[in-house]
Amino acid sequence: MEKLRLLNGQLLDLTMQRLCHQLAEKHEDFAHSVLVGMQPRGRYFADRIKARLDRITGINVPIGYLDITFYRDDFRRRNAPLQASETLLPFDVEEKHVVLIDDVLFTGRTIRAALSALGEYGRPASVELLVLIDRLYSRDLPIQPDYTGRTVNSILSQRVVVEWTEQGAAEDAIWLVTK
Amino acid sequence: MAALSVNHLLGIKGLTTEDIELIFNTADKFKEVLNRPIRKVPSLRDITIANIFFENSTRTRLSFELAEKRLSADVINFSASSSSVKKGETLLDTVNNILAMKVEMIVMRHASPGAPHFLSRHINAAIVNAGDGTHEHPTQALLDAYSIREKLGSVGGKKIAIIGDISHSRVALSNIFCLQKLGAEVMVCGPATLIPKHMASLGVKVVHDTRQALEWCDVANVLRIQLERQQGKNFPSLREYARYYGINGSLLQQVGRPITIMHPGPINRGIELTSDVADSAQSIILDQVENGVAIRMAVLYLLAQKIKVYGTVGKAA
Repeated sequence: MEKLRLLNGQLLDLTMQRLCHQLAEKHEDFAHSVLVGMQPRGRYFADRIKARLDRITGINVPIGYLDITFYRDDFRRRNAPLQASETLLPFDVEEKHVVLIDDVLFTGRTIRAALSALGEYGRPASVELLVLIDRLYSRDLPIQPDYTGRTVNSILSQRVVVEWTEQGAAEDAIWLVTK
Repeated sequence: MAALSVNHLLGIKGLTTEDIELIFNTADKFKEVLNRPIRKVPSLRDITIANIFFENSTRTRLSFELAEKRLSADVINFSASSSSVKKGETLLDTVNNILAMKVEMIVMRHASPGAPHFLSRHINAAIVNAGDGTHEHPTQALLDAYSIREKLGSVGGKKIAIIGDISHSRVALSNIFCLQKLGAEVMVCGPATLIPKHMASLGVKVVHDTRQALEWCDVANVLRIQLERQQGKNFPSLREYARYYGINGSLLQQVGRPITIMHPGPINRGIELTSDVADSAQSIILDQVENGVAIRMAVLYLLAQKIKVYGTVGKAA
């Protein structure tokens, strides 16, 4: 197994800084905008973005977490059992500009499910997608990010692994793993 | 491991503690779904479920039907009173006829203990026992334990008294299995004529004095006197039963400690519970009903997960 480091702590810091400035540029005071982290793994990244965005804008940017387990299109089609995480949306999404946040964009199926799940909470004014890593040439559906940390060329058998200190890792790091 | 160890929910006896915890954790997620503006998820949209009720039921059938619809399953209902059962068809024939219409899951209530176990050995569909005679009623026990967990934080170490007609009650037996698996202490209380002889062999305390039970317990699960199942005289009169085994406000006040009151419904008001107790802040009877839908969604979802699209029951992960 071969591990290639895509981003280390320092670069990650710069990347997140840029993403937050892009968000602030577009959404200004976040009066009608909300962040939604994708459960389970996008949550850590979303929390980081929110903390940094709060410092940049000086306001408490609203954040929620969305679990899409019950909206997956591979229910009864995969061998590994699915386990749901918590959904916590402490605001009304009706007429809001929603920024979905996930760590890795791969086939796009998770985001497809997220759009269905989000629709159950109301009709957002718009939905954007922010991802830390965009894996190119691997999409099953016509879904593309609006804000991207890094684009990565990878083949299907490779995996992108994101490690956060919040999860118990020694340091923040993003790896491309080849079997 | 986030999958059930069983392919059918026939009774609590066959479940592991991990199965019960998994059902509870999944029910937590569905409870959130039930409080959304749109209370529905698409998970079971390609599953058809038949609710087969050979015995009358209102809330269990409604609760199952609602759970199925909240999961987007297609639902067909069958009740014995309006069917060919009256014309002499066997259980296996009835069910096979329904399965021929391409049904993946069956929710069944039947008067004979073991009927769902029998079916599970002969047909190719996931079976959920919605009550088999005086044997088990697993989803009721699950929602009862889930409601205790919600009210008191956990089930382990708690003292639960089941009061009333134990011998005719499938709720009592399933509750005993479920609560013991989760580490609770269980006591049954009722007139000697309504408690089976070998109850103590299940590891439960047996008393015949309601006050003694209330002084011991954290939770009192009060069962209905099943008037339709009383053959012969098990107690002299309803009035006498209410006097010795009914729970009223002044009795609870004398105990002096807050006791959580549960009842699987339907309540015979003024017999096993007086209205001031049934409607008090200590009563979680309506929470039980609400939790019933979330628990049944969890059970159906977890069982459906084991029915692979191109496979059959049992080819699970």
